[in-house]
Amino acid sequence: MIQVRALSKHFGRFSALRNLDLSVSAGEFVSLFGRNGAGKTTLLRIIAGLSSPSAGKLNVQPLQSRSPGFVRGSIGYLSHETSLYMDLTALENLRFFAHMMDASAEESDLKQRMEQVGLAGREREPVRNFSRGMQQRLAIARAFLHDPEILLLDEPFTGLDPSGADFFKNFLAGLHAAGKTCIMTIHDTYLGYEIANRLVVIENGTVALDVPKSYLSYEQFREKLQRLSG
Amino acid sequence: MLFFGIVVLVIFNFSLGSLHDTIRPAVPGILWVAFAFSGTLGLNRLFAAEKENGCLQGLLMIPADRGAIYLGKMLASFFFMLIAEAVIFIIGLVLFNLTVWAEIPYLVLVFVIGTLGFTAVGTLLSAISVNTKLREVLLPLILFPVILPILINAVEATDIILNASDYGATNLPGTSSLPEGLKLPLTIMSSFTVIFGTISYLLFERVLEE
Amino acid sequence: MKVLLQHRVDILLFILLFAGMSFALYMALIGAPTEKTMGDIQRIFYFHVPAAITGLTAFALNFVASLMYVFRKNRWWDSLALSSAEIGILFFCMLLITGPIWAKPVWFVWWTWSPRLTSSLVLCLLYAVYLLIRKSFEDPDRKAMVAAVFGIVAFADAPLVWFSIRWWRDIHPSPMLETGNLDPSMRPALYTCMAAFLVLFLYLLRRRFYLEIMRNKIERMIRRTDTIR
Repeated sequence: MIQVRALSKHFGRFSALRNLDLSVSAGEFVSLFGRNGAGKTTLLRIIAGLSSPSAGKLNVQPLQSRSPGFVRGSIGYLSHETSLYMDLTALENLRFFAHMMDASAEESDLKQRMEQVGLAGREREPVRNFSRGMQQRLAIARAFLHDPEILLLDEPFTGLDPSGADFFKNFLAGLHAAGKTCIMTIHDTYLGYEIANRLVVIENGTVALDVPKSYLSYEQFREKLQRLSG
Repeated sequence: MLFFGIVVLVIFNFSLGSLHDTIRPAVPGILWVAFAFSGTLGLNRLFAAEKENGCLQGLLMIPADRGAIYLGKMLASFFFMLIAEAVIFIIGLVLFNLTVWAEIPYLVLVFVIGTLGFTAVGTLLSAISVNTKLREVLLPLILFPVILPILINAVEATDIILNASDYGATNLPGTSSLPEGLKLPLTIMSSFTVIFGTISYLLFERVLEE
Repeated sequence: MKVLLQHRVDILLFILLFAGMSFALYMALIGAPTEKTMGDIQRIFYFHVPAAITGLTAFALNFVASLMYVFRKNRWWDSLALSSAEIGILFFCMLLITGPIWAKPVWFVWWTWSPRLTSSLVLCLLYAVYLLIRKSFEDPDRKAMVAAVFGIVAFADAPLVWFSIRWWRDIHPSPMLETGNLDPSMRPALYTCMAAFLVLFLYLLRRRFYLEIMRNKIERMIRRTDTIR
């Protein structure tokens, strides 16, 4: 479903991605590991369409034949930044993005989504007053408003407290069971290993390791990761 | 935005104080300088909310054509600027002791087209400057040279309307057709708006992508 | 091999330039007849007009290069755009300096807001802003794209500025600083200067352009060596 071939991205003298190849089929759940600055975020941004590659090809199939807009509509992207308007209330934020993403903006639906992420009752509070963890939960709700087929999550567990992390883990498990495709960047090795069914390590702008989870036990994987990341 | 425009009016009143009652010919220029400065303030803050939390990313992920973001932002800045202009103008009327009644429809026309042109290119340039190291400082620098055709024509058109007697014009109040002198500036301003609106709409995405 | 060839062309151009400009100087300062009303100061005209034409050509080139970059995203076009913008500003500065020098003794004013002068000033400002925008971005690809967009905006703006000022001048007449027809005996001097300036333009453009190309090459090389960690 997502095919990346010989992808390179550079910012002047700095190469973020070098000749990277990656193929993700529908329904796969990929955990992306790698050091800071290895290129994970850049890769995700390019797949999401927020950044254009310097060289190489990107294919998001079978949606490729449609307009870029349609492809974007099938992607749910969660980045480092929450992409929430600080001065609006939680509900206003969701309503705005629901309109933008062509999703249901019915108050009842939005309230339900807030309940899902554990923010029930906080609809009318300005996001500025939310804690980091609460903002992250709202950001999650926002990213999934339009029920996307493909999820691109950049360190989604940042800021979440244990109950939040638990909730999100189950949430992702549900999506996985529903057949959604996901690429998730993560630093917590155990969590990443647990959730995914495929493990990819990016090092130095290229794929250093790419295996289905069944190939390696957790200890084996962690060892490999140590060696790669130094 | 409003406040700044009014401050500009006051400053001009003092700097041109020696003109006293003969200040009337200078009024169109003063008005449009006030409009341009307060408009620039508004444009500066146009993408401020998005910059704060990476909301621009959120906007860029919409399924629709990204030019729609441009249109939305442009219309927003257009309305705000128009409202500011209206208030600044009314206060200007008071401060400079002018009376205008029959001229109002023509003035509205000039203000609307002028502001449309201003925001058409201003939105694009604001998107450019918001991503730079200099941020707000850059916008006036890149905006004013580009906006000159609008300013020149708007000032002249406003001048023709307000000081019609200076031009020996008898064709203003009551006529349903446009006074002769106004046709050219309005044409230039409209062309400006159309040309730059189109260019901005098409190129907006390029300015935001990385 | 390619570098050698280019070097040879540049040497040829330089020789041509030297010869051409010397001849043009002779023609302008000595060969051409003295103007009867203005005297010798009129000779600036032979440099003033070619400067204007080459400057405008440079900016037109920037427009084309900017357009091509937006569509092709090839840094070659960006290098061309940058070079032509800088050289255009150079020639326009020449224009804006020779103009007042000429105007002062002849019309007793340094400056007047005539359409040509004002438009030239605005155009020069626009491209100075173009360079300023380039300075404000770090990432070369981003810089190139935003600059290209502004290059298109600036060039689209130029005719509108010209028409606006022209019309404004009609309403508020000011001393005529434009020259009318040219006496045929002065034409050879003008044409020689025009040709010399064209060669100057080509020479400067080539040198500046290859400087940028070299910069891009170095950038690529640093990128490549970076993989050897």
